[in-house]
Amino acid sequence: MPEITIDGRRVTVREQTSVAAAILQAGVSSFRRSVTGEPRAALCGMGICYECRVTIDGEPHALSCQTLCVDGMVVETT
Amino acid sequence: MKIVIVGAGPAGLAAARSAAEGVARSGADVTLIDGNHSTGGQIWRGGGAPEIETGVATLLNTRVASPDLLTFDKLILATGARELFLPFPGWTLPGVFGAGGLQALVKEGLDVRNKRVVVAGTGPLLLAVAHYLKTHGADIRLIAEQAPWSKLIRFGAALPSRKWLEALRLWNPCFSPSTWVTEAQGTTHVKSVSAGGKKIPCDYLAIGYGLVPNTELPQLMKVDPCALDEYQRTSNPAIFCAGEVTGIGGVDLSIVEGSIAGYAAAGDVEKARAFFVQRDRWKRFGTALAEAFALRPELAQLARPDTFVCRCEDVTYQELVAKASWREAKIHSRCGMGPCQGRVCGPAVEFLFGWKPDSVRPPLFPTPSGSFSMIGNEPQ
Ligand SMILES: Cc1cc2nc3c(=O)[nH]c(=O)nc-3n(C[C@H](O)[C@H](O)[C@H](O)COP(=O)(O)OP(=O)(O)OC[C@H]3O[C@@H](n4cnc5c(N)ncnc54)[C@H](O)[C@@H]3O)c2cc1C
Ligand code: FES
Repeated sequence: MPEITIDGRRVTVREQTSVAAAILQAGVSSFRRSVTGEPRAALCGMGICYECRVTIDGEPHALSCQTLCVDGMVVETT
Repeated sequence: MKIVIVGAGPAGLAAARSAAEGVARSGADVTLIDGNHSTGGQIWRGGGAPEIETGVATLLNTRVASPDLLTFDKLILATGARELFLPFPGWTLPGVFGAGGLQALVKEGLDVRNKRVVVAGTGPLLLAVAHYLKTHGADIRLIAEQAPWSKLIRFGAALPSRKWLEALRLWNPCFSPSTWVTEAQGTTHVKSVSAGGKKIPCDYLAIGYGLVPNTELPQLMKVDPCALDEYQRTSNPAIFCAGEVTGIGGVDLSIVEGSIAGYAAAGDVEKARAFFVQRDRWKRFGTALAEAFALRPELAQLARPDTFVCRCEDVTYQELVAKASWREAKIHSRCGMGPCQGRVCGPAVEFLFGWKPDSVRPPLFPTPSGSFSMIGNEPQ
């Protein structure tokens, strides 16, 4: 089972878990801040809305709902 | 000959199967492309998709952002549909998902055991999603369906018996017609929703107002997915469209259209014709669906002046309401110009203000992220 780091916290997830599902599962509710500073989280779950953007392995604005968790992955929300 | 299929949902998979069968003798090659990390489209996300035929090359994690990168003799566009979201106070709170959106997240690992969930919006998807979530341990508090009983009964009477059995299997006593969510409350996460004059505490709201076809790629290729000949062919004889990109009609219609397009693209018109009767039947189902679940006008009145309509750029209802068209709104407010490129707010402003969608431009998706590329990957 992959182990990933979300905002500095280690979590173990089942195989085939998306990063978005892992973030919610870890109890983090804000994925990103909107242009006016509101907390936002995944909406569509299918790569359409871009609300689930986070930083994955240093890459900003990655779509967490379209990315599967891989062992050692580092995820940062805002 | 090279047949390329974009979209590996029920329509694209059926097209790949029949195209591969049709061209088996001629030795043509069939390539199936999808932006997702697995095949199956929306309904078979996370399992259940039929096996890919031998002779079909699949290219996953690959979003087609511009047609310039595609080379083909025949192209089948099976880009499916997305959910329709309508703005209401509180809809931008974390914990508010699409109905299919929450289902997708659960399919990909989210645990909803003992979570209190309100499912809302319209269409047969609500019962399917509520049933799925319940089977995964969620505590369904309400299923708010905006359509009235009268329309639902008329729809039910026209259903084939197989669909009746499905509806019975999915039935939930929390189902409430003529009911819609007017507000979601909370500060950093949804805590409750107002619907039918009551305030209902919940952990998640799953809300979707039906589906919108993903027509951006056909538009970019200058073909109309609603103007097809009997073989699913567009005005460009090399390009076919199949599935919900041509209109919302359910999984059965998508499969039938995909089969027709696949055989026709491979030149086997006899096999394609064999599906015409089935297609007519499921098209009638699609028409009945649209009538039964037509959106009530009250839903256009839910947003308050300070409710965001465009979530990418945080543009409020009051900034938009006085504008004459989407073009004017875009110039003055950046509505629809964020990363989703109007996929969420476009259909919403069409319903709220009657604005027609603007023309689309490549690339169809912002492409800085390494999580997907355009056509960079090698077929497997
Ligand atoms: C979120 C959601 C959940 C649903 N859940 C259910 C359910 O539980 N039960 C049910 O009966 N029906 C459900 N439906 C309806 C069902 O999905 C459709 O009836 C059926 O799947 C449509 O099949 P399709 O092949 O036309 O499109 P889809 O299944 O939508 O497949 C289209 C595929 O095309 C891909 N794609 C789109 N554009 C591009 C591009 N530019 N480049 C590369 N790939 C692209 C997408 O990634 C997707 O995999 C759901 C629909 C949605 C939107
Ligand atoms: S949740 Fe909408 S793009 Fe990821």
